[in-house]
Amino acid sequence: MTTTGTDRPPAIQVKGLEKSYKDLQVLRGVDLDVAPGSIFALLGSNGAGKTTIVRILATLLRGDAGTATVNGFDLTTQAARVRESISLTGQFAAVDEVLTGRENLVLVARLRHLPNPGAVADDLLARFDLTDAGARRTATYSGGMRRRLDIAMSLIGSPSVVFLDEPTTGLDPQARNDMWRIVRELADDGTTVLLTTQYLEEAEKLADRIAILHGGRIIADGTLAEIKALVPPAEIEYVEKQPTLEDVFLAIVGSDTTKEIS
Amino acid sequence: MTAHALTDASILVGRSMRHITRSVDTIITVTITPIAMMLLFVYVLGGAIETGAGRYVDYLLPGILLITIASGIAYTAVRLFNDMSSGIFERFHSMPIARSSVLWAHVLTSLVSNGLSLAIVVLVALVMGFRSPAGLLAWLAVAGILALFTLALTWLAVLAALTAKTAEGATAFSYPLIFLPFISSAFVPTDSMPGPVRWFAENQPVTSIVNTIRDLLAGHPVDGDIWIALGWCVGILVVGYVLSMVAYRRKVAS
Repeated sequence: MTTTGTDRPPAIQVKGLEKSYKDLQVLRGVDLDVAPGSIFALLGSNGAGKTTIVRILATLLRGDAGTATVNGFDLTTQAARVRESISLTGQFAAVDEVLTGRENLVLVARLRHLPNPGAVADDLLARFDLTDAGARRTATYSGGMRRRLDIAMSLIGSPSVVFLDEPTTGLDPQARNDMWRIVRELADDGTTVLLTTQYLEEAEKLADRIAILHGGRIIADGTLAEIKALVPPAEIEYVEKQPTLEDVFLAIVGSDTTKEIS
Repeated sequence: MTAHALTDASILVGRSMRHITRSVDTIITVTITPIAMMLLFVYVLGGAIETGAGRYVDYLLPGILLITIASGIAYTAVRLFNDMSSGIFERFHSMPIARSSVLWAHVLTSLVSNGLSLAIVVLVALVMGFRSPAGLLAWLAVAGILALFTLALTWLAVLAALTAKTAEGATAFSYPLIFLPFISSAFVPTDSMPGPVRWFAENQPVTSIVNTIRDLLAGHPVDGDIWIALGWCVGILVVGYVLSMVAYRRKVAS
């Protein structure tokens, strides 16, 4: 668990954030502090408002009340500076299907005004095991490959805060493990990651800090240990350890393969 | 910021032009209907249509060009709609680029791709015997009017794409536009039409635009029609742009 950042200002700070869609009040005063360089998981069931928070923090949506800063920049008055600091990977891979994987990366690198877009693209293709598929149109990619390309596009320009909205939804176990590895590497390099998930296991395995969003408010916020302490200590029972179906699946197909055939 | 906006827009135009060059069928689909109509009217129906002296293909071409534009902008709406539903629009919007460049890239792509389609249709017309004594200035004027008409209809396409719920819905608006030239002076002179139809034909935008282009291509001096034509184009452009901006603001950051 990282404890660095307690003395640094938070990478993301949200105070009293509210948002309604017509009569439906989605967020009823959300408070969040995310330390720089940490992985923060926003946990909640479908429709809890996780995506709404991410969209507001990514300047795609405006909150009705409350304040928020990302990387020290105010969301409403310094939106352009916020956009320079962040990247968003939404629930559905935002890649251009007509372009090849490499062209998608070059496009984003050019839009970020980087000096050598081609080299940036080749580096990322290698880093995300997409070099062989780089010249193919993304329409032919598998779900896992699209996700990896999607994240690769988001990392161009080295944003200091990365939002991942349900990054593993719809992925098979191998692709999911790849994604977890990518998220850990990001945090190791000092990037702040805010990810939303509905999988408890994902939050448990990845996050330095977990917040549970329910009924439009954060009802619990802390490290895994702190959150576990909220319920009475577990009784000790002895049960035979059966391999889960996932263990079996990964053992049979081999969990080290990251390349996919589509 | 504005210099960036231009660079960003040109990068994004390059992207959507690639969409067009990679699916050559869009250019073919856009031009095939107008070309088929031109063949049908010149070689099948045209012999029975009285338009006075001169070749019928010369008479027909201006209306065919407008039909080409009307079917071309349907693809502008589809491209924009697909971008918005695929999430790539939101990716661009969460990036540090000029937001206006995302929409303008689609508009500029529409101008370029319609220009290509129009060139193809004019080439086919030349093969079919179309000839024009018009000088460079008159041709430039024709190009200017066609560009203005494309721009005006493109903003209608943007509005349709921003407000549609399905891709089919985004293109539905173009059908009446494709049909409009039939009730105008594009195929037959309006004085052969019965009263109310004739009144409609003579007072809808297509007739004044068709008449202006026809005069320019025939090397005739243009009459007051050109001002009516420009008035319609600018009017549609302003209404389409303003409504598109309202729809756009409602769509982003609401």
